[in-house]
Amino acid sequence: MTPDEEAEFKRRQKSRNLVVGGTLLFFAVLFYAITMVRMGD
Amino acid sequence: MNTATTSTMLPTEWRDFFALTKPRVMTLVVFTAICGLLAAPGTIHPVLGFTAILAIAMGAGGSAVLNQWWEADLDAGMKRTANRPLPGGRMRRDDARDFGVFLSAVSVALMGVAIGWLAAALLLGAIIYYAVIYTIWLKPRTPQNIVIGGGAGAFPPMIGWIAVTGEVTAMPLLLFAIIFMWTPPHFWALALFVQSDYAKVGIPMMPVVAGERSTRRQILAYTVLLAPVTLAPWLIGGTSWVYGSVAAVLSVLFFALAVPVGTRARSEVDSMTPEKTLFKFSIYYLFVLFAALVADRMLAANGLIGPGVLG
Repeated sequence: MTPDEEAEFKRRQKSRNLVVGGTLLFFAVLFYAITMVRMGD
Repeated sequence: MNTATTSTMLPTEWRDFFALTKPRVMTLVVFTAICGLLAAPGTIHPVLGFTAILAIAMGAGGSAVLNQWWEADLDAGMKRTANRPLPGGRMRRDDARDFGVFLSAVSVALMGVAIGWLAAALLLGAIIYYAVIYTIWLKPRTPQNIVIGGGAGAFPPMIGWIAVTGEVTAMPLLLFAIIFMWTPPHFWALALFVQSDYAKVGIPMMPVVAGERSTRRQILAYTVLLAPVTLAPWLIGGTSWVYGSVAAVLSVLFFALAVPVGTRARSEVDSMTPEKTLFKFSIYYLFVLFAALVADRMLAANGLIGPGVLG
């Protein structure tokens, strides 16, 4: 792997990790909210 | 698949995963699902309403991913789809399959846990309908594929409605029927001016198999059949004159645009303007019709109009 390819590899990996992390955080908040609403039913 | 060596070494961009869910198609899915949700009698907590729409969108996305996983080779042969993530060699085919299954499974589980298992079962049915019955089974086998495929797109407003009410009644079934009947004239109009692409990869689209004349007649026939289905929510007293009058005007316009498409023959040098106009109008038709349905129900819910045919 050339230095350019390695830099691109790391960039893609980092952006994917951020998206996955953000998605997981979003679902954690969503499930908390769903639980609160359903408990209030 | 023509996956380049460099591409297989690099992780797929998250944007390509997102593109695989067909975001543009999803806008119509989300719009009709929101309309079904808002038009349904009763109320739903905003968090649960949002979750229902999210689950429907994820289910649509998951089935779109599975569709592209299965059709990657066909997509490679068509100009319109050749640069999608799979035929473009930017993603491994197995990754697409796993992503599609995961997205679909999460969408059904989310709908079941947050909303109810009737809506979840319908969502699962919609995913299987699109990814298996339509994509794998019937699309490559019958020129009526679009009629059957229309059923998949018809699920979102019905599921949105049932997410609120928790039961299957005439109105959500009519919303299903409207999109089901709308799809053939909408898609065949498109197929008339992009038919060479479908023919190239051997998909038995109606213009390729039955010929243009038959397709044009069927566009007209489905347009005529669509009108009473569109007016039915008003005629059975499910909506007021607000929706009824918009539905009537839209039906007349749809018919007026379908007549030249249904009766003419292609000339040697043809810009296919009537077909392109009908296709564009059909998209506006659906947006305006469902917006009218929501407006009607909102006005009724606030006591500004009464129920019934002339209410």
